[in-house]
Amino acid sequence: MFQFSYLKAKSLADAAALAKTNPDAKLMSGGMTLLPTLKQGLAQPSHLIDIGGLSELSGIEVKGDTLIIGAATRHYDVASSAAVKKAIPALAYLASLIGDPQVRNRGTLGGSVANNDPAADYPAAVLALNAKIITNRREIAAEDFFQGMFATALEEGEIIVKIAFPLPKHAAYEKFPHPASGYAMAGVFIAETTSGVRVAVTGAGPGVFRWSDAEAALAKGLKAGVLDKLKVAADDLNEDFHATREYRANLVQVMGKRALQKLVA
Amino acid sequence: MAKIELTVNGTREAREVEDRTLLVDLLRDHLGLTGTHIGCDTSQCGCCTVHVDGRAVKSCTMLAAQANGATVVTIEGMAKGDQLHPVQQAFTDCHALQCGFCTPGMIMATAALLKDNPQPTDEEIYHGLEGNLCRCTGYINIVKAVKQAAETMK
Ligand SMILES: Cc1cc2nc3c(=O)[nH]c(=O)nc-3n(C[C@H](O)[C@H](O)[C@H](O)COP(=O)(O)OP(=O)(O)OC[C@H]3O[C@@H](n4cnc5c(N)ncnc54)[C@H](O)[C@@H]3O)c2cc1C
Ligand code: FES
Ligand code: FES
Repeated sequence: MFQFSYLKAKSLADAAALAKTNPDAKLMSGGMTLLPTLKQGLAQPSHLIDIGGLSELSGIEVKGDTLIIGAATRHYDVASSAAVKKAIPALAYLASLIGDPQVRNRGTLGGSVANNDPAADYPAAVLALNAKIITNRREIAAEDFFQGMFATALEEGEIIVKIAFPLPKHAAYEKFPHPASGYAMAGVFIAETTSGVRVAVTGAGPGVFRWSDAEAALAKGLKAGVLDKLKVAADDLNEDFHATREYRANLVQVMGKRALQKLVA
Repeated sequence: MAKIELTVNGTREAREVEDRTLLVDLLRDHLGLTGTHIGCDTSQCGCCTVHVDGRAVKSCTMLAAQANGATVVTIEGMAKGDQLHPVQQAFTDCHALQCGFCTPGMIMATAALLKDNPQPTDEEIYHGLEGNLCRCTGYINIVKAVKQAAETMK
């Protein structure tokens, strides 16, 4: 790893100030993406600003019809939270599928969403549930937040504080994990919300996206079998040495089918 | 430089290390605890697993500075004198190792798994050890060892 200076932020305001005075610094939450990146020599920040465990970024609470989770909440804490399991069980289930136990003990919601890895799990839930990303500057709708591979609406030094998930009537997530890393080869999150059915796909394309054909089909009737014959166009999907785009297209359909089965069960 | 104070296997330690020092390097190079291994540089193998404040983590993917003030347990802290920890004993009894390189991490991951879930099913053991890779034994005897340990720790 290249040299850098480690700075432990004392508060959210402190973190923002440190980011402002050190333009080449990087925020670090769980470090489960950032540290591997630094170990590979793929980034050379001047400073790491540790925001892990800041009280402003912590906590899980249900307020009215919204579940609010602090950005520094670890995957393990989301997966095992009684409040999350009751409010949005599919979200707790999704968190329990991320990587492995050691990764879940360090990695955080905010880090995952800020990173927007095209194969990460959380972006599918954030987009399907129409969640709001609350930063130290503003609120960003999920729709506007994710901007393709590793790209988000976050500005220089902007910090995700928490994410607000409107409670769905029902939701379900199914993923086909990469056998070595656990990342999604394809993951489909279906949410029956007050404003209709939303379906988000991760892992398959260059970034999380809504599967509009599935949404249209499910709008006509939310029952098992509706997605059975729906073809997924492979043209815009990812192709690499793990899988062809045709294979991924098939996985999206199969994961969609399975998620729907769970949703209506 | 970062001033780090932490408790390792029950002993208070204080060291001054470069900011970029990983927890695994603090343990191995500065504290001489070489039972914690480094098997990869991609955070995937789990050989470096230790407990930080009671939870299993990959010490190759955490800065020493992030462990400032924490309580750390490594493989060296598991046995009580000559008496092996039940998980260590089970790995010995069940021949759950060949070269032993992955074993410290496997044992630390198993101990953490059994704390959360004292009687895991086979399926739960597979998922619980997903963060640990073994190149030698095949996992059959490792799973056996986890079950024996669960039995003795009942
Ligand atoms: C072996 C392995 C397997 C994995 N498997 C999966 C998997 O199956 N599915 C999956 O989804 N993920 C997986 N991950 C990634 C894991 O979930 C990470 O924890 C997560 O992507 C990043 O969270 P973090 O808290 O560690 O972020 P960090 O590594 O600390 O930060 C990541 C990026 O986000 C920025 N950032 C962090 N917090 C904030 C914030 N609050 N505001 C603004 N920017 C911020 C940082 O500056 C950095 O650029 C895996 C990781 C490993 C090592
Ligand atoms: S050394 Fe391989 S995961 Fe830490
Ligand atoms: S016993 Fe050799 S790597 Fe597991």
